[in-house]
Amino acid sequence: MLRYTLQRIIYMLITLFIIATLTFFLMKLLPGSPLKSQDKLTPEQITIINEKYGLNDPLPVQYVNYLGNLAQGDLGLSFQYDNRPVTEMIAGRIGPSAQLGLQALILGSIVGLILGIIAAIKHNTFFDYGATFLAVIGISIPSFVFAGFMQFVLGVKLQLLPVALWEGFSYTIMPTLALSGFVIANISRFMRTELLEVMASDYIMLAKAKGISQSGIIIKHAIRNALIPVITIIGPLAVNIMTGSLVIERIFAIPGLGEQFVKSISMNDYTVIMGTTIFYSALFIFIIFVVDILYGIVDPRIRLAGGRK
Amino acid sequence: MNKKFSFLLVLVLALSTFLAACSGGGGDKASNESKSGSGDSKADSKKEQVLNLIATSEIPSMDSTLATDNVSFNVMNNVYEGLYRLDQKNEPALGMAAEEPKVSEDGKTYTFKLRDAKWSNGDAVTAQDFVFSWRRAVDPATAAEYAYMLYDVKGAEEINAGKAKPDTLGIKAIDDKTLEITLKNNIPYFKSLLSFATFYPQNEKFFKEQGKNYALEANTGVYNGPFTLSEWKHEQSFQLKKNPTYWDNAAVKLETINFNIVKDTATAVNLYETKKADRAGLTAEFVDKYKSDPNFGTSPDTSVYFLRLNEKNEVLANKNARKALDMAWDKKSFVDVILNNGSKPAYYLVPDKFAQGPDGKDFRETNGDLGKQDVEEAKKLWAKAKKEAGFDKVTLEMLNYDDDNAAKISQYLKEQLETNLEGLTVNIKPQPFKQKLELESKGNYDFSFAGWGPDYQDPMTFIDMFVTDGAHNQMGYSNPKYDKLVADAKGPLLSDLDARWKALLDAEKILMDDAAISPMYQRGTAYLQRDYVKGIVEHPFGGDFGYKWAHIE
Repeated sequence: MLRYTLQRIIYMLITLFIIATLTFFLMKLLPGSPLKSQDKLTPEQITIINEKYGLNDPLPVQYVNYLGNLAQGDLGLSFQYDNRPVTEMIAGRIGPSAQLGLQALILGSIVGLILGIIAAIKHNTFFDYGATFLAVIGISIPSFVFAGFMQFVLGVKLQLLPVALWEGFSYTIMPTLALSGFVIANISRFMRTELLEVMASDYIMLAKAKGISQSGIIIKHAIRNALIPVITIIGPLAVNIMTGSLVIERIFAIPGLGEQFVKSISMNDYTVIMGTTIFYSALFIFIIFVVDILYGIVDPRIRLAGGRK
Repeated sequence: MNKKFSFLLVLVLALSTFLAACSGGGGDKASNESKSGSGDSKADSKKEQVLNLIATSEIPSMDSTLATDNVSFNVMNNVYEGLYRLDQKNEPALGMAAEEPKVSEDGKTYTFKLRDAKWSNGDAVTAQDFVFSWRRAVDPATAAEYAYMLYDVKGAEEINAGKAKPDTLGIKAIDDKTLEITLKNNIPYFKSLLSFATFYPQNEKFFKEQGKNYALEANTGVYNGPFTLSEWKHEQSFQLKKNPTYWDNAAVKLETINFNIVKDTATAVNLYETKKADRAGLTAEFVDKYKSDPNFGTSPDTSVYFLRLNEKNEVLANKNARKALDMAWDKKSFVDVILNNGSKPAYYLVPDKFAQGPDGKDFRETNGDLGKQDVEEAKKLWAKAKKEAGFDKVTLEMLNYDDDNAAKISQYLKEQLETNLEGLTVNIKPQPFKQKLELESKGNYDFSFAGWGPDYQDPMTFIDMFVTDGAHNQMGYSNPKYDKLVADAKGPLLSDLDARWKALLDAEKILMDDAAISPMYQRGTAYLQRDYVKGIVEHPFGGDFGYKWAHIE
């Protein structure tokens, strides 16, 4: 296990290095300069300012400098937010994004699983159709539509929840609900299909033949086996939440990372683009790693380190 | 394994009950909060002089030397103060300066006496603070984008280009309270320039103590304006408090201004509706809904938008073709229908209600409208242009930004121009912000949607954009007569302000007569503001608002 983990960490670092390199050069292909008032400055003035940031150097030199700083954990200073360290910017904004993401993922997974299980057990009944209907709605309505609708009804008309801003738990409810819709829909659909398949398999028949109660079969044998494929989609869903949170953060005026990332690209804020890309990639790679570990826990048949014990 | 699994199940169940409980409980609590909260804020603010506002982005910078954007300038205008501050009538009024300066006979040397003002940490504001800040701004090592704002000060341009040392800049502290400034030219708009952020003083001692952290947080900055920045939660909110050490604090009535950072207009409007914000800006789609609301208002801005007509294009090199293009579309309905936010159709370059001449008259009042919509005339000119330039059908590419608003503008123009000018096809080319600027500066476009906001309170900030080979010309326009008028207004005529004003008026006429650009509109903004908010002053340049005189009734 230790050896496997170490091996994986090395792969993860290599992946990150490749991502950083590709992003760096792709980013430099973006036209324009990172200066905020490019439209007000003359080319001479731009050259003066570029000099200070080393932007007049040849690209390979800039690349080596960047990697050097990166190796020391220095992500540089933002252009858009004069001289603010990028590390500080990410650290300050990740809290709300992470909280929302986690809440949405947990809520979405739990509700999704329950709905999926109910739908599978009460196969082809009113419950099943109800759950499927919810899933279709969850997938087809974009989160921002749902968010705007909730904001208007619950926030403005009924005044049950705060319209927007970020001042306490009650402020997280609507954004969490908006984000979790997609998760609920995906997980419940997946769970239903998997569970139905498992229920039809031989070992469930055997369990039934042994006289184990229906609930016993479902809890002990069926759900557990059905969970394995479900875990696979949690990784991609987490990423989906990360990107989905961008719109939701805007609608609910949440001080998160999403908008910052997008804005940095349109403003050519090189250091912030690199910083957030590396951060998001690292997070994504880490989630995949955790999911792989989880497989082994849920299904002992899967041996991560190539079957060795 | 069974144990582990049941543990997992228990955990999941526990979490689910926890979350369910939270959302239920939280919901109730929130509803109480928001109900009582909204009631309170209304009652309290009437008593307590608290203004709740919305900022459209995080404050990019609180370092007055480095800032370049509206949100920063707006906050700075209220927490810092230069030698002058724009007053309620938008005229430069004494700020850190104790009295009007002594000006030398050639109009190039100003000697200021500073008043006994203090920074919010108790330090005195001294002449040295100005010297420090100005030198820092032009020092190429600072890489301040707005260094060029100081180019009218003697030596600034050379220092910024690295050809001279920062201490050769034309600013000297004679003693703690006396400041001597030497200009390159005797510009007439210097006083209003002094109210601009790049000209603010900076507390040198405090700056050096804070080092890299200077002005990055509320408590690593120091303030000499009507308010202080008392709290700054990045990307979330910030708060201004009345500054007890401000020299004119008796005039300041507001105790607190709360800003929440909200980027979405619909959200801002919803916050206004639930009384969490006292003012919200509106975009076109909200105007129809609120037009008859008694709290609805519009205010003119000083940014002017126009089409750059690139004369590198063979068709657009023809004056009649450019004229036809300008006359062929309906600016009035464009502004009323597409923008719908208090913007005005523009038949000019220099905005209305922006600068007054030596005669006390607004520039616009004297020059009036310099163009009109006339489809019949446009058709004739277009036919003439076809003969002169030898074309029958032509495709022109319209360069624009890639946002929703720009898309509507492009569609409208395409429809109007193609209908009214036979044989014209307009291809819309939406591009990301920076790419669009890049294409323009390289001249790789036919015509483009562009805008300009003033850097200082004088028509020159608009007019000198289009001199031959000017950095912002970007469309190959060149007229020697125009160049001469601009050069004169920047040089010999500085000592004869009436003649200079005339030169500027004439220059604009030439530009419009050449149809170098097709002016589109002067921007306005629509907003909702609670009726108990009084006295917010809107400024034509620099920070958008002055809260110094605002109060809650």
